[in-house]
Amino acid sequence: MPIRVEIVSQDRMVFEGDADIVIVPGEQGEMGILPNHAPLLSTLQFGILKVRLQGEEEDFAISGGIIEIQPDIITVLADSAENVEEIDVARAEAAKSRVEEYLEKEPPPDTDTYLAMEEALKRSNLRLEAARKYRLGRQPTQVSGRVPGEEV
Amino acid sequence: MPNTREVRLRIKSVQNIAQVTQALQAVSASKVRKSMQAMYDTRPYASKAWQVLTHIAAQPGRDTLHPLLTKRADIKNVLVVMISGDRGLAGAYNTNIVRFTLQHFNDYQVPVSYITVGRKGREMLFRRRKKILAEFSNLPAAPTFVDVSAIGRLAVDEFLEGHADEVFLVYSDFINLVRQEPAIKKLLPLEVEAGAQRVEDYTRVERKLAASYIYEPGQTQILDKIVPRFSSLQVYQAIMESLASEHAARMVAMKNATDSATALGDALQLEYNQVRQQSITSEMLDIAGGAEALARS
Repeated sequence: MPIRVEIVSQDRMVFEGDADIVIVPGEQGEMGILPNHAPLLSTLQFGILKVRLQGEEEDFAISGGIIEIQPDIITVLADSAENVEEIDVARAEAAKSRVEEYLEKEPPPDTDTYLAMEEALKRSNLRLEAARKYRLGRQPTQVSGRVPGEEV
Repeated sequence: MPNTREVRLRIKSVQNIAQVTQALQAVSASKVRKSMQAMYDTRPYASKAWQVLTHIAAQPGRDTLHPLLTKRADIKNVLVVMISGDRGLAGAYNTNIVRFTLQHFNDYQVPVSYITVGRKGREMLFRRRKKILAEFSNLPAAPTFVDVSAIGRLAVDEFLEGHADEVFLVYSDFINLVRQEPAIKKLLPLEVEAGAQRVEDYTRVERKLAASYIYEPGQTQILDKIVPRFSSLQVYQAIMESLASEHAARMVAMKNATDSATALGDALQLEYNQVRQQSITSEMLDIAGGAEALARS
């Protein structure tokens, strides 16, 4: 019996469907979740979330968030989430070099800016790596909502 | 009696106004569609977050779960986050929000300070000499969560540091295109029970809760992450609703303005015709009088 998976990011529903196993980047390492798992609440790290159903795998780049597990449903509240097939490599590349350039030129004026930039850089790296490693050129499962949201 | 030239000028200017308001109406119409979409897009996350939060609250021992969930016995200071627009020409949108806020908090026994979002609201509160703690204006047309998270964070900080014992959120509830109503919500301490009602609107399937959670890494870490974030999320949602409301209010206001301008234009056209008719008649009379005088001589 498959388990239901719902992945939402702040601006849209990213994935909604069934899975035989879900592998998530938990705070303390990767976790594989099978149906009928005990209820669990955990935070997520930057990383790749894998949803497998009957040998097919869909991968998502997640930049942190919260996961709630109930025996029949997994809810992922992601800070941002993207199907690897949807990642815009050119834009991630551009974002990365923009931040790097800025960091080289002058140190950021305050901690908040620095953290925001670091976060942006981490996110770009994650997306690039995810696209490189996991992209297979398949069509992502369509869910309602609009095109992937804007980045900072 | 005005002469024809004057009336013609007025018709022209009224027509110009109608053109401008019609353009503004069209712009607002497209903006309201976009912001409605954005508002609906944020709902899945908000509803899921509520769900998780209510699940947590259903766990035993919730009173001591998190400082942001704990009610304070003694309310000494109140903080109000008021969301208004940056721009005018939106009918009664901004005034409604401010009036509603003041009605609600004017006769409060304890000191009330404000955080305003939007320039118009700030100006109006400023004129009334209210204590404004911070202001956020010139928000982007389609704010992301990151753009507005500072507002929620500020409110949470004020609450945690004890400068405020209750935080309220005043915003405009988007009911439909022609109806937007000012609304008030308690932001902090978070009231999970009050929200439980709303969750049922959102979630399609109501499920029975299993036994208590395993927390990983720990309960405190997770709550520390989810609870403050959820407050910010509420602020974000309120801003999205208010934005949609603002555009809708502006659209309606501009439609009314266009209609009135058209009506005024019609009335002026009638007047113009009359004036023109009259001047022709009087000229004819002059000519006829002149001719008669000539014939008589």
